[in-house]
Amino acid sequence: MKALVWHGKEDVRCDTVSDPGIEDPRDAIIKVTSCAICGSDLHLFHNLIPAMLPGDIMGHEAMGEVVEVGKGLDGKLTVGERVVVPFTIVCGECDQCRRGNYSVCEVSNRRRDLAEKVFGHPTAGLFGYTHLTGGYPGGQAEYLRVPFADTTHVKVPDRMTDEQALFLSDILPTGWQAAVNCDIQPTDTVAVWGCGPVGQMAIRSALLLGAQQVVAIDRLSDRLSMAEAGGAVTIDFEAESVVERLNDLTGGKGPDKCIDAVGMESHVTPSQPDTLLDRAKQMMLLENDRPHVLREMIYVCRPGGVISIPGVYSGLIDKVPLGMAMNKGLTFRMGQTHVQRWTGELVRRIENGEIDPSFVITHEAGLADGPDMYKLFRDKQDSCIKVVLKP
Amino acid sequence: MNMLTKLGDIARSPGDPAVVAEGPSSLSAGDRGARTLGWVSIGLGVTGLLAAPALARALGIEGKEGAIRACAVRELGSGVLCLSVNPGLGLAMRAAGDAVDLAALAAARGASEGKERNVDVAIAAVASLTLFDLACLSLLRAERAPGRRAGEEPRRHYSDRSGLPRGIDASRGIARDLPDAGAAGDAAVAAI
Repeated sequence: MKALVWHGKEDVRCDTVSDPGIEDPRDAIIKVTSCAICGSDLHLFHNLIPAMLPGDIMGHEAMGEVVEVGKGLDGKLTVGERVVVPFTIVCGECDQCRRGNYSVCEVSNRRRDLAEKVFGHPTAGLFGYTHLTGGYPGGQAEYLRVPFADTTHVKVPDRMTDEQALFLSDILPTGWQAAVNCDIQPTDTVAVWGCGPVGQMAIRSALLLGAQQVVAIDRLSDRLSMAEAGGAVTIDFEAESVVERLNDLTGGKGPDKCIDAVGMESHVTPSQPDTLLDRAKQMMLLENDRPHVLREMIYVCRPGGVISIPGVYSGLIDKVPLGMAMNKGLTFRMGQTHVQRWTGELVRRIENGEIDPSFVITHEAGLADGPDMYKLFRDKQDSCIKVVLKP
Repeated sequence: MNMLTKLGDIARSPGDPAVVAEGPSSLSAGDRGARTLGWVSIGLGVTGLLAAPALARALGIEGKEGAIRACAVRELGSGVLCLSVNPGLGLAMRAAGDAVDLAALAAARGASEGKERNVDVAIAAVASLTLFDLACLSLLRAERAPGRRAGEEPRRHYSDRSGLPRGIDASRGIARDLPDAGAAGDAAVAAI
């Protein structure tokens, strides 16, 4: 089959690889009909998240049709069904799964030895991610083996299109969880840093959850225009001071809730000198991530507020003003998304016409064009916000 | 299939798909040029640090070993940048360094005491690399410039993409009935 394979930093190729097969009674094989390139794929593309190996298949946003099932699925999944594959692989039986903390499933990470050394404890296995999270082959491929398939799937209603359903795999529940974690009140101003795909979902989620005002921060006019279309007031951080504008919009109080949909690769620009220092340190392996957004959120957030972090961070960060956060009484909530916690709710809201996540798709291409699409997305060329690939 | 991919296969599960035939890479000509020049920089930097006295003798500028080592450190910095995800910065630093080197070599030529031919060779080498640096920088900028690929419009606007079929005002707050996170988790567990 064809698959997008990581060969090294910024080197992704559409290779011919051997087909996956059933390895465990709880496995299923999916014929992928749609998959997407996620912002966090770019962190892997840039080799900023450790423990990728040449030959790893990329992709953790995929859906398709079940073509083969293991003997242990007990009829929970049958050949021919359309499913979205959540990026978190869950056993559904361990203590964390029973608590709904699916992204820290204690069983599904087949490289728990690595995860325990790096994270202290194992976290869930993830598709198309690093070997710290199991090194499972990803979904940017023609076929995908889904481990624990009886609990790692979302059935797609017949009338729902691929484009509406695909983002249940990651970015919709991720944006949704980011907003839910804010515990939004009707008087709240919610500020969202980053208007990429997760930021766009977080903006709409915050609005659906009843925020009085949603503010979106980015520098690219195409992304800001999409944020505005979703009901946000926008701030171009290259044209104006984020802190001053947020204080203006909130009567000097600061936003009640702040969402970091940027993560470890804050834009590097001389107008934000800390980003230059972070970039230099990152290149010399003195720091893993560029946490400019975190610093800014802590500074501007209203005392007693919430900092919600759906953006991916990989390791060590410097100069984060924890004393400021402590004295302001801020609450931090973060984590990989507990996808299965939210999908039932979100399927219902898509079916009810409350949200149509397909709005975010700006580019569609075949799998063979994947390497070019990675570059297009990286460079934000052609106003690219979200790429969907059709294997 | 390259050696690194084969080594990666050792760490993967035996059932995982293995690469049978490789397709075209996402690395562009500009990327590959920047990487090559990055390794050239690192090679020059290491040589400069380890062999500063010999280089000074060859160029007839004994006593300037410190300046040669400083240039070597700059080369190492440029090399690291060229190999990073911001190779354009590394190439720009290399080009600026080339200008400094050419000026320094031109100045050294008058004081090189019989080593003028060696200095001329060095000037020719640096000038050649300068051309490569500038060509690669130009190529990379063209390849990576946001919204500026041939035939593309500068930036589009997505003002018609709300994603909220009921409209913004009607959508605000319609999910306030969401159960708290714990209850949602319980419901999801029950569904599984």
